[in-house]
Amino acid sequence: MNETCRVSVERRGDVAVFWTDGYINNQGGEEIAREAYSELDRGARALIMNLEKTRIVNSIGISILIEVLEKVMERKAVLAFCGLTPTIDKTFRIMGLAQYAAIYPTEDEAFRAVSAPA
Amino acid sequence: MAQRDPAPSQPTAAGAPAVSLTIPVAPEMEIVATAQADALGEYIDMGRDKIDEVKLALVEACINAFEHSHTEDNQVHITFRVGGRREAGEWLEIEVLDRGRGFDTAGVESPSPQKTFEERRRRGWGLHIIKSLMDEVQIESGEWGTRILMRKYK
Repeated sequence: MNETCRVSVERRGDVAVFWTDGYINNQGGEEIAREAYSELDRGARALIMNLEKTRIVNSIGISILIEVLEKVMERKAVLAFCGLTPTIDKTFRIMGLAQYAAIYPTEDEAFRAVSAPA
Repeated sequence: MAQRDPAPSQPTAAGAPAVSLTIPVAPEMEIVATAQADALGEYIDMGRDKIDEVKLALVEACINAFEHSHTEDNQVHITFRVGGRREAGEWLEIEVLDRGRGFDTAGVESPSPQKTFEERRRRGWGLHIIKSLMDEVQIESGEWGTRILMRKYK
């Protein structure tokens, strides 16, 4: 079986939008991290992660997303999540991810927020 | 050092309709187990969000066993039970048992966002997540292995 998530990325100016599809475990988290670090190296100022096609995560995958968040903060960039299921939203809040990254219901709302002038 | 419980106690719902599954300690086998939780959750008409919470807690219990049990049979044994009355109080209960080396349940340090972000201790969330997502959780561990018994009401 292969439940590992697929990750696709689209660049819109200095915002990189990521879509995940599938289970975010260690492999899925690492795939997201690779793409995220690549976009940061290419000058992205904000990353939006749309998880609407991900229904399950595990704490290892989330710990890798936390590493990504730390790297984003080091680069003075911004990370936002959207499209979370209620369970994933709750788990992000339990682990404190929501204290350091913004969570929006939809991609449009996330994009408007990260695109707004500081 | 593991606590010296002689053996796991009997499940609280012994005798309830049950489905058993044994999975190997192997990548993504926890997802195989979640399919059973999905089916039994739907069987008792549990809401989608609650089923998702059960599945995530089950994933955490499985990967906890995969990573920490060092079980010699290389297997994790899972039993699903449903019970309660249809009008009120129906539940889905899952027992996750490994025959590994056990751990000191009293010695598990509680994780926190502060430790995660400020001290960069990002792991160790599994049991905390299980307790946060399920309604009742019992964890027993000893030289016989570890048993996590968790229940979610409909």
